[in-house]
Formats: sequence, structure tokens, C-alpha cells
Amino acid sequence: MHIVNREIEGRSPGYWALLGGLGLLALLGLLAAFTMEHHGHVVTGMNNQIVWGLPHVFAVFMIVAASGALNVASIATVFGKKLYKPMAPLSALLAIALLAGGLMVLMLDLGRADRVMVAATYYNPKSVFAWNVLLYSGFFGFAAAYLWTMMDRTVNAFSKYAGFGAFIWRLILTTGTGSIFGFLIARQAFGSALVAPMFIVFSLAYGTAVYLLVLLAAYGWSQRPLGDEVVRRLKNLLGIFLATSFFFVVIYHMTSLYYAKNWPFERFILLNGGVYTTLFWVGQVLIGYVIPMVLVFAPTTRGRRAAVGTAAGLAVLGALAQMYVTIIGSQAFPLEIFPGYEVTSSFYDSGIHEYDPSRWELMLGMGGLAVALAMVAFAVKILRLLPESLADEVLSLHPPKA
Amino acid sequence: MSFDHYRRNFLGGVLAAGGTAVLPGVLFYEIAHGRSPEEGVTSRNRWGLLIDSTQCAAGCDACVTACSTENGWAMKTGPQDPQWIRKVELTNRSTGQKHNLPLMCQHCEHPPCVDVCPTGASFKRADGIVLVDRHICIGCRYCMMACPYKARSLVHEDLRDTQLASVPRGKGCVESCTLCVQKIDAGDNTTACAEACKSEGHQAILFGDLNDPASEIARKLAQFSSREIRADLELNTGVRYQGI
Repeated sequence: MHIVNREIEGRSPGYWALLGGLGLLALLGLLAAFTMEHHGHVVTGMNNQIVWGLPHVFAVFMIVAASGALNVASIATVFGKKLYKPMAPLSALLAIALLAGGLMVLMLDLGRADRVMVAATYYNPKSVFAWNVLLYSGFFGFAAAYLWTMMDRTVNAFSKYAGFGAFIWRLILTTGTGSIFGFLIARQAFGSALVAPMFIVFSLAYGTAVYLLVLLAAYGWSQRPLGDEVVRRLKNLLGIFLATSFFFVVIYHMTSLYYAKNWPFERFILLNGGVYTTLFWVGQVLIGYVIPMVLVFAPTTRGRRAAVGTAAGLAVLGALAQMYVTIIGSQAFPLEIFPGYEVTSSFYDSGIHEYDPSRWELMLGMGGLAVALAMVAFAVKILRLLPESLADEVLSLHPPKA
Repeated sequence: MSFDHYRRNFLGGVLAAGGTAVLPGVLFYEIAHGRSPEEGVTSRNRWGLLIDSTQCAAGCDACVTACSTENGWAMKTGPQDPQWIRKVELTNRSTGQKHNLPLMCQHCEHPPCVDVCPTGASFKRADGIVLVDRHICIGCRYCMMACPYKARSLVHEDLRDTQLASVPRGKGCVESCTLCVQKIDAGDNTTACAEACKSEGHQAILFGDLNDPASEIARKLAQFSSREIRADLELNTGVRYQGI
């Protein structure tokens, strides 16, 4: 059967309510950014100890998820799985939207957001951040070119090359994002070559989870048929990516535990770190890995769409918990400047650093997420991105028996 | 007196007079390495500090006060307030031995803050001083994440015209100890913290040129054992410590 991509109608009150709600959140995000710009970071919970706060949690989550969201397209183009081909345009769109939302949060959280152009005009080639400026721009370029070659028949022949380029680029991009942390030699939590590949695996899980949620919502709300086979394959992928993420997290902590000097930090994250320990075990491991894996693999739940949707939603919550532990937990534990000594000073050299995220930070983070989702909701209305049907028989997976 | 003899005396006299006239200039030039304000800094100098923790008194914060006065940052100690220099008290976990010392930017030869800065706002001058260019700092705080000494602060709120003309600062930018660069460039050959410590009679902070073998700091470093903080990172810091 021929697959036809068509814009969604987008006239229902529900659609406008969705767009309106996301628009409102985006406006609140801008209000937060304006407040932070006007008053300075003094209105946030961030300080000279916790220098990257909640906005980074959202921003890094979205940037990592962006490269993972492109995965569905890569499976179609790079790995030649035909089933995924009709789903590839949404994958590329989601990648662009998530990256845009993430970068928006990152840029508006700068101490001098008004100087964002300086990041483009002055360039330090040794900085991983500066590499990322190029990597982000390149990713937009590749994903946009990929989308174009998929949607415009006259350039359809180039789709494979664009898809391949985007795939390679996304691997480099996530390596770059992971290395922002991995190359921090001074911090107990980082300074490890494992961080970059670990972020690639995280990206696969985050991206697949977000993709699944958007796909289920888009087809559910627009009442288009979505076959079980598509959902089955995607939820299996999600399960495998979550298991792999879990594996990497175990290895990361095991490696760290092998060094006696890292015990205090590991004890903090794994045993007595209060909110960080809770977020690690309950948020990241239980809600983020264990429950979703059970939901997508257990015989009683794996066939239910609600269970799959819940699994994807929990995986996203787990991902945010994971980013919170990774980014903020690593700063909450005091920097080991004088190994073997108890340190006291007026600059909080001892004890766990306090962080109480402000509403502005939450609003900015949510605003970025809303912008990303609004971009998707708007784009599927004006562009022919979504197949009219992803039913099993349309995808010719189960040819009708004679 | 023969003509030859006269000529020999005359030439000798001329050479001696000429030498006497030129030599001090040559010598002073060698000694002073004088630099006019228009002249750029060079790597002939590497400015640094030697901190003797055995001379650093518990409870004394003269260096912190002097730094605050010289550079115009308020000595507030809230979690969001900038601190360019702080007094640190160390207690050895196994022996209980105590040390006091001031901690500030260590002016590394290989500064992680300079490596990570996306715009190049964090930079190291030829004479080893690590600074932030307030014009191109975008406030990303990556340098604060990268610094092993927690030496940097973000200016979290409006400065309300408290800045000094010689020390530009800015809301939303990162800042840290400049080794009193304005004093060095004015030829003061010291820093506010070193001066204050000396006038308190403690002699715990010695400023000088690490590259000049004749300087007091270089001689002391050659004579006594000293260490870098986080020496394992091999950043070759410009600030060295004795007694810890």
C-alpha cells in the first residue's frame, strides 16, 4: 500500500488548546529569562558553588534527546530498515525542535545573554563549548538538509547521504556534549573518557522516549491509525537503550569506586546525599530504568499502549532526574582542593553546597521544552511530515493472506 | 713624552670616558627590564606568589580586606557573593595538624579556565597573569566548573556603581584575583594582599618574578621546599605554598 504523508488538520479546540498551553509556557520562559537578565542571577537559586542549575538540567536533557530523536531516521536511512522510513521526517523534525529548545534555555541562562553573538564572533579552538557551537550549527544543517531531501522528491536521491551525514554528526555532537563534562579534570564526578560514550547511550534512550511520546500523542489526538508493530519495535528499542544506559551507569560508578579517593563522592551520590541519593535511586534507577523496562518487556503490560506510553513518560522523568544528579549533584559535593584535610573558609569549601532552584529557573527550563514541542505541533500542521496511517497493513508488514 | 705614548693615553682616555658614559645605561637596562606603559607585557617575567602557611595567622584576614579595598569587591560572604581571595583553615584528617593560608586564583601556566572558555574571554597574559576580558565574557560559567581551586565568582547582581576606575567588573561576568594587575602595570611590584600581610608583620605572602633568578621569590623557591595545590594536575601554578 502506498504511504501518503499529510499535514494534520489542526483545527480542533484540542489542537489550539495544546498550542495555546505551550505558547503560554514559552511566554513564562521568556518572562523568566527577562527577569534573570534584568536582576542578574541573584534571583535564581544558583550561586558560586552550584554554578549550573536547573536550566542546564533541561537544556542538556533536550540537547542530548535531540540527537537521540534522530535515531529513528538513522535506523531507516543508515541501517536500511524500511519500517522506520515513513517515521523518519518526524524524527528529523523532533531533533531540530529539541535542539532549538535546549539551546534557547542554554543561551538565555548565560550571565550575559545579550552577548550571545560574541560566542559566534570570538572563538577559542581549545574549548569543548566552542566546538559545540559548531556541532550544534552543523546538526541543524544536517537535520534540515535531511528533512528537505526526504520531503522534496527532486532531491530525494540525496536523502541517503544527508541521513548518513546526520548520523555521523549526531554521534560527534553527543560526544561533544558528554565531553563538556568529561573534560572537567578538576571535578570528582567527571574527568572520565566514559562520559562521552555514556551520553551517546543516554541520548538513544532519551530520544526514543520523547519520540514515542510524541508519536503516540500525534496519532492518538489526530485519530490516525498507528499499528502495533511500530509501537512494538520502538518500545523494544526503548527497553534496550534503557538497559544499556543502566549498564553504563553501573560501570561508571564501579570505575569510580575502584579509586579510594572517589569514595566520599560515591558515598554522597549512592548512600547519604539526601535529595541526590533519592533522585539517583528512585528517580534515575527505579522510575527511569527499572519500571519502564518492566512495562515494555513484561508479558502482561508489553502489549498495552498505555503501558508503553507510561514507560516512555517515566523514562523522560528518569532522564531529568539523571541530569539533575549528574549536573547538580556533582557540584553539590565540595571540590576536593586539599585531599586529606578538613577545610573551612568563608567561601563554602566544606560541607554540601545548598541549592534551592527558583521558579524562574523552572519556568525557563519548561519554556524551552514548550518551544520545542510547539515547533513540532506547528510543523506537523503546515508540513507533510506525518503519514496518514502507520497501520500494520499500510506498512506491508503482514501481507493479507490469500 | 713621545707622540706614540701620548696617542696611547689619549685613545685609552677616550675609550674609558665613552665606556663610563655608556655602561650605566647598558647595565641599568639589563637590571630594570624597564617597560613603558605602551609596551606590551612579555614572557620575560612570570609573576607569582609564595605563601608561607607557617607565617599565616589564624583569624587574620588583612589580605582579604586589602584585596577587597584595592579591587572594589564587597567583603560579603553569601553563597552568591564574589570572593577573590579567602582565608582557608586546614585540619589534617589523620593527624589533626592545622594550617592557615589564603587561597586565590593560582595563575596556572596551563589554566583549565582558559582551555574551556568558549570565547577566549579567559586568557593568560604573557607574564603569566590569568585574567577575564569583561568585554567578551558571556557568563557561561564553564570556567567556574573547570577551575580546580574554586577561585572564580560570577557577579550575580547589579554592582550599583561600586566599581573602581582601575578595576572594571560587570554583572553577569565571571571574575577572580588579577594578581593586582593594575599595580603591576603601574610598576608597584607588589600586590595588595602581599603589602597588607607585610604591614601586619606576618610575611606570609611574597610577590615576585618567578623567572628572575635574583628575585627573592625565586631564591626562596630554590632554597626551601614548596608545593603547588593540586600538584597532581600539573598545571604549574604561579602561586606556591610553603609549610603544607
